[in-house]
Amino acid sequence: MAEVLVYVDHVDGAVRKPTLELLTLARRIGEPVAVALGAGAESTAAALAEHGATRVLTHDAAEYADYLVVPKVDALQAAVAAVSPAAVLVPSSAEGKEIAARLALRIGSGIITDAVDLEAGDEGPVATQSVFAASFSTKSRVSKGTPVITVKPNSAAVEAAPAAGAVEALAVTFSAQATGTKVTGRTPRESTGRPELTEAAIVVSGGRGVNGAENFGLIEALADSLGAAVGASRAAVDAGWYPHTNQVGQTGKSVSPQLYIANGISGAIQHRAGMQTSKTIVAVNKDAEAPIFDLVDYGVVGDLFDVVPQLTEEVKTRKG
Amino acid sequence: MSLRIVVTVKYVPDATGDRHFADDLTVDRDDVDGLLSELDEYAVEQALQISENSDDDVEITVLTVGPEDAKDALRKALSMGADKAIHVEDDDLHGTDVIGTSLVLAKAIEKAGYDLVISGLASTDGTMGVVPALLAERLGVPQVTLLSEVSVEDGTVKGRRDGDAASEQLEASLPAVVSVTDQSGEARYPSFKGIMAAKKKPVQSWDLSDLDLEAGEVGLEGAWTAVDSATQRPARTAGTIVKDEGEGGKQLAEFLAGQKFI
Repeated sequence: MAEVLVYVDHVDGAVRKPTLELLTLARRIGEPVAVALGAGAESTAAALAEHGATRVLTHDAAEYADYLVVPKVDALQAAVAAVSPAAVLVPSSAEGKEIAARLALRIGSGIITDAVDLEAGDEGPVATQSVFAASFSTKSRVSKGTPVITVKPNSAAVEAAPAAGAVEALAVTFSAQATGTKVTGRTPRESTGRPELTEAAIVVSGGRGVNGAENFGLIEALADSLGAAVGASRAAVDAGWYPHTNQVGQTGKSVSPQLYIANGISGAIQHRAGMQTSKTIVAVNKDAEAPIFDLVDYGVVGDLFDVVPQLTEEVKTRKG
Repeated sequence: MSLRIVVTVKYVPDATGDRHFADDLTVDRDDVDGLLSELDEYAVEQALQISENSDDDVEITVLTVGPEDAKDALRKALSMGADKAIHVEDDDLHGTDVIGTSLVLAKAIEKAGYDLVISGLASTDGTMGVVPALLAERLGVPQVTLLSEVSVEDGTVKGRRDGDAASEQLEASLPAVVSVTDQSGEARYPSFKGIMAAKKKPVQSWDLSDLDLEAGEVGLEGAWTAVDSATQRPARTAGTIVKDEGEGGKQLAEFLAGQKFI
């Protein structure tokens, strides 16, 4: 059976959820071979094996942390040369897409980004994408070279599928470009203890109607009662009420959770572009005419300062 | 010293319009108005700020690949304050994918001459966000991408990249390719004077032969990806909407419990 390379997104050996989802999708088109780079690469092996990786190619060098993107492209290219895979799958983070693009160009292959589903086809893997603010769904394939496809978080369920996960050292020679962009400083994001926005099963968002940074505590309390991530509309971010890293929308993060709760968000096209593929959509807004209500499975026309605290209390009571 | 900045911009269908696909599964541009991709305005803005903060002689060229109407995007950038524009236009470009687009842009950038390329973080139609990385790969220069802050001094570009896990300080020698996010600084509105001045600024038109490219290298024929189908998503069935009369939060909790979220 053909092998499929899966690029591993991990933090010091802790594999992030979108990579485990990729392993599920990779098994539909072949045998997953994982590529893990940088500090902690080898300690990813157990989690990867548990989710279907037959082999785990690892390499660590200071270059991965000290320089931007290109060292990882060099390594992935070495893995492609060593494995001759049927496809290369990469998580659709901002960096993942950059790595995938440069790799595709180098190996003479087409690239598809932000797939939301993947299946085997007669002419190679077929990727489903959600486009034009999720108003269209397309099916595409790579017609030249080894398909390089980036896949959005929450595109597949994580499934356990124990496999050998044999760790093998990957031989990597860095290119002249590898040291072109120096990382001169790094400030890790402070953990809020909440799930990562793009990976969360439930997202609770606040917008203009939240009316001030001090009121985002209401949104956070609801999120915490549900074990959810917190999102914000661009209006709320631009007003300085919540960090940009939590922005949902065309210029922020694109989310596709099981449940999205929009509070005080009117639902401009730019926001919809980032959340319209959510499975269940709920909104609370004072304005009955807000376009967000066209999208919802359940909407409450009302003041979020009344509705949200009541909902939070009710969730806590029901959860005991 | 002089600094030559090329800003890549895209003319995109208006997101508030009714966007759809043509019969050949390329984006239908006839039925919807186009405009300068909003995210590219940030790239133009940062080029202008680099120029304003520099002691060097800075020349800003805006570059686009697109149909006749794409000149509107160039005019907008010129009216913001860019110095000149290049429009790559050729019927054989129809249906070009991202790999082909990066090829055309790289050829044009090399022909124009550059010290710094600045792009937006993604177009607002394709939203792939990979063109800057592809340009760096093709041009063989450093990529300093997704910057929320950028500065250029003494032949070095520095910036801050806010990633998922960390915020990174980056540094590279020129020439380089930079992309900037919507957090880099609000783009200015063109002044009346700027709009009038833009009418007199030069717009060069190049076709594929000017860039030593063959038709088969780009366009639908030269694409390395193929779209097999595009289906309009069915409109969502109307949801339940209730008016809060004191019990809205409880009613919502009841719905969430019914859906097994609680």
